Amino acid sequence: MLDLTYETPKPKVIAGAKHDWELVIGMEVHAQVSSKAKLFSAASTQFGAEPNSNVAFVDAAMPGMLPVINEFCVEQAVRTGLGLKAEINLVSAFDRKNYFYPDLPQGYQISQLYHPIVGEGEVLVDMGNGIARLVRIERIHLEQDAGKSIHDMDPNMSFVDLNRTGVALMEIVSRPDIRGPEEAAAYITKLRQILRYLGTCDGNMQNGNLRADVNVSICRPGQYEKYQETQDFSHLGTRCEIKNMNSMRFIQAAIEYEARRQIAIVEAGGSVDQETRLYDPDKNETRSMRSKEEAHDYRYFPDPDLLPLEIEQAWVDDIANTLPELPDQKKARFINDFGLADYDASVLTADLESAGYFEKVAQGGDGKLAANWVINELFGRLKKDGHDITTSPIAPERLAKIVALISKGDISGKIAKDVFDIAYTSDRDPEEIVETEGLKQVTDTGAIEAAVDEVIAANPAQVEKAKANPKLAGWFVGQVMKATGGKANPKAVNDLVSAKLGL
Amino acid sequence: MSIDENTAARVAKLARIKVEDEALPALASDFNRILGFIEQLNEVDVEGVEPMTSVTPVRLKRRDDVVTDGNQQQKVLANAPDAREGFFAVPKVVE
Repeated sequence: MLDLTYETPKPKVIAGAKHDWELVIGMEVHAQVSSKAKLFSAASTQFGAEPNSNVAFVDAAMPGMLPVINEFCVEQAVRTGLGLKAEINLVSAFDRKNYFYPDLPQGYQISQLYHPIVGEGEVLVDMGNGIARLVRIERIHLEQDAGKSIHDMDPNMSFVDLNRTGVALMEIVSRPDIRGPEEAAAYITKLRQILRYLGTCDGNMQNGNLRADVNVSICRPGQYEKYQETQDFSHLGTRCEIKNMNSMRFIQAAIEYEARRQIAIVEAGGSVDQETRLYDPDKNETRSMRSKEEAHDYRYFPDPDLLPLEIEQAWVDDIANTLPELPDQKKARFINDFGLADYDASVLTADLESAGYFEKVAQGGDGKLAANWVINELFGRLKKDGHDITTSPIAPERLAKIVALISKGDISGKIAKDVFDIAYTSDRDPEEIVETEGLKQVTDTGAIEAAVDEVIAANPAQVEKAKANPKLAGWFVGQVMKATGGKANPKAVNDLVSAKLGL
Repeated sequence: MSIDENTAARVAKLARIKVEDEALPALASDFNRILGFIEQLNEVDVEGVEPMTSVTPVRLKRRDDVVTDGNQQQKVLANAPDAREGFFAVPKVVE
């Protein structure tokens, strides 16, 4: 049933002064686990709280405090792994990544370098029109987030808030399988969609709950294929890592800028230094974060405060049994069961709320018609009014009734728009609206016939003209529709007018 | 493995421990003695032996996802050399 055949997209090619160049991109996405409490403490993860109010002594690294792992966070990492078709490691372990920064009171981040909880998986990145890129996932590990430093409140001081310190992150590491800025954005979009379906991360990029480090390198055409054959990185260029991006638009702009910067260096006979860079959206450029370079010796070692994390296969199986229908499956089902176009199915499965809403509307009978109404009428209106699907003033059951009324021929598409407008603004039931306002389409041919006869009798001159030029029959249809208040079935009117005029 | 003075200086810097230049030779030699002592462990054949992580058969302790801690801004900031408006105030660190 699942038709997931697709074509692979062409890599982005940038013309340098001397040659053509291709891009090679890998991403490390940090996704905040949707837990109430932190990874190793019982302090809240709530965003926007008073500074330093969501801080346990563990988070503040007070002497003698010991980390105790939040089992829900482990479960979410496993769930995410299963959703990305990845292998789950029943034994994983935590390591200390040592560096000094004011927002890291421990002096180390607890992470999983050597034994991550999730191994290799994959994400199918939909590029539209049957084109998709399969991006391999290398690993997912659990780690602590750092605190937040604010630099603009005082000219001489930085202000540190530890509320985010110790919040659980899943670092999702891809292979360098992404081949252009648009693919990079599509990859994040797809990953975010899957995480939101799974409920393991809310995907709020604005709050920094989903952010990415982007590794970019360039190579001559043909080199990437050699890498894929051998998995030998020496076929690729030296990469630079652009840190901490939380906007799709900036991710694309940063990749584009960084690729051109590297091309200019290499074509001038230089070589790219492997380094960490920061994107500046105001200037649209990346620049070196030299201060971080020296600290790059993280002296990882196993965290002696934490035993290895052992989980049971039966527990993993339980989680697997509660996985929801994932975006690829849902989309395929919408195409197969409701006869939707690829694009419409993508739009409706973009998030769970829209998909759920649509399915309720589709119970009105005609899936395609339901899709049209949800995408064109409802989404358009919601957007105009600053609503989203969860705050829609019209319930899906009511929109389903409108769709059913159209399908049954009780109202025309045109009248349906009026009914929709009333139901949307007044909290009234569509069937009641049609009844009370007398909007029911006249399908009774007798009544329509009478109206047609009347119009023909009243306009003998027009009849002559129409007989000479059948295109003018439309004028009669318009008059009849007017006379019946738009309630006559347009097809019946058309047929009767043609018959009566002898066309 | 042999630690020279440069390596000793680098290790001290990474650990943010101030070591005067004249103390480096002694530090490097201490490192070498310690590492030499530990290297004896390499003489033991541990082929096929699982690393021991605990002397008792204890499973890693878990907690439920419940908020029972926090809301103690005053206590958290009590030891800070400088705090303003609920934040730790530190010398400017900016990229």
